[in-house]
Amino acid sequence: MRRETLVNIATLAVLAVVPLWANSVGETYWVTLATKVVILAIAGVGLNLALGLGGLVSFGHAAFFGLGGYAMGILASHLQDYVPLMEWPILFEGSNQMPVIWIVAVISGALAAVLIGALSLRTSGVYFIMITLAFGQMLYYFAISWPAYGGEDGLSIYVRNEFPGLNTLVPIQFYGLSFAVLLVVLLLVWRISLSSFGLALGAARQNAERLQAVGIDPFRIRLTAFVISGAITALAGAMYADLNRFVSPNMFSWQFSGEIMVFIIIGGVGRLFGPVLGAILFILMEHVLGGLSEFWHIYLGLVLLGVVLFARGGLMGLLAGREVAHD
Amino acid sequence: MTETVLDIRNLSKAYGALEANKDISLDLRGGEIHGLIGPNGAGKSTFIKQVSGAEHPDHGSVALNGVDITAQDAVARARMGLARTFQISSLAMDYTVLQNVLLGAVGRRGRVMRFFSAILKDTAQRDMAMQALQRVGLADEAHVQTAALSHGQRRQLEVAVALTLEPKVFLMDEPMAGLGAEGSQRLIRVLDGLRHEAPILLVEHDMDAVFALADRISVLVYGQIIATGTPDEIRQNADVRTAYLGDDAA
Repeated sequence: MRRETLVNIATLAVLAVVPLWANSVGETYWVTLATKVVILAIAGVGLNLALGLGGLVSFGHAAFFGLGGYAMGILASHLQDYVPLMEWPILFEGSNQMPVIWIVAVISGALAAVLIGALSLRTSGVYFIMITLAFGQMLYYFAISWPAYGGEDGLSIYVRNEFPGLNTLVPIQFYGLSFAVLLVVLLLVWRISLSSFGLALGAARQNAERLQAVGIDPFRIRLTAFVISGAITALAGAMYADLNRFVSPNMFSWQFSGEIMVFIIIGGVGRLFGPVLGAILFILMEHVLGGLSEFWHIYLGLVLLGVVLFARGGLMGLLAGREVAHD
Repeated sequence: MTETVLDIRNLSKAYGALEANKDISLDLRGGEIHGLIGPNGAGKSTFIKQVSGAEHPDHGSVALNGVDITAQDAVARARMGLARTFQISSLAMDYTVLQNVLLGAVGRRGRVMRFFSAILKDTAQRDMAMQALQRVGLADEAHVQTAALSHGQRRQLEVAVALTLEPKVFLMDEPMAGLGAEGSQRLIRVLDGLRHEAPILLVEHDMDAVFALADRISVLVYGQIIATGTPDEIRQNADVRTAYLGDDAA
């Protein structure tokens, strides 16, 4: 078995066991923290498909995260206030059902990614970074200045949305649900990375000219990856909003785009479990170091510097060695 | 006479005041290797870019099996059966040799939008890829990372990828460039057998290779074709001797 596979299994085991143990000793705070890790990991796995596999350095993935969040906030607030979302031409009411909210979030994320991707993927390199950042900021300011859904103050949802058969207000149950979603997303991205599409996506990162020469349009490949990536990140956004029972324009902020990128880099760019490891480390640091000083980002910066200078493969590179070509 | 596969007519391209290609007409017939030679700066690269679709000509047309493809881009031309190899190897360096060849197989079959079945477990495409590797003599290196290949092996790999495309035309841009004597000999043998699958438009610097392989040769000097003919005709052509080969050429 490859060492990376062992690290992956160990990571899943930790994520499965630690919250259960914390729950059994009554430390529900740790369960909530673990839920945050898992949801951020989903967002990271989503971005990593574009960033790691496809080499698309999107600095605007907060756009999708925020759209997912607002999909939840808008649907749930309409139900909360007993006001239908629209009455004409069809009656469309709000919802407090996670499956419904998730589908709406994924579709919104995907549609936004089609638009943003179709425009930004005409550029590359630093221009791509800037244009994705610009789209994220546009949505951020739009959310701030749109009073219907709380504007700058955001939206509070008083009761967590429901999932059939579960009581999502019990932390360990919501954790279990989030963990299951992470597993599904990991499985999906893993299959994609091994598929014909994954092969072409990796080639688009390495050498677009080569891809054209075999009759494959790199733009189409990149756009598809960007859309899948945006949809996954939007799903994470909806879940994150449900975790906090609160949505605000901050979900659209460029700082958040940067944070996802930072923990992908810390965990290991392009490695399936890189974002998962990164999210664990990031939240642990935020919790432990944040307890010592409110300026904990200084330490985060030092870790990031260390990773970039000395451990290019991130934590996964450190644990499982550098990625080598294999087939 | 066999049918014309690739028909290039009056191709012209200027960069500002520099006329890189002037009114180039050239055809490629079934079963032949057509060599294109010319000194540095003659416009060979510009020509091949226009044929492959990387650049659009100012004037003129390119037709493949009677279909005008002048307006098609490089991706569409590759799909229609125009397989090119690059002067400077253009491969996915992080991938293994096999993965690079599989990319050709995937492109050929138009099966890129498949998200869930593992490509390396697709035995049909894998066999196709391995066969191509065998033909160029790279089968033993199938699982080696491409970046670890020698220069000559990368050239062989370029040809293997082109093979998986099952093309109607091979467009080869200096495949012998930088190869040692042994490497050149091996590639000459491969190309020699290839012409019966699809004709080859061979742009090449290596005179020995071109004269050994080509059925016809065109000579490009200062953006214009000054002669087209069999290797013997070219050897004896007075214009070619003065303009290019030099008087001491055999």
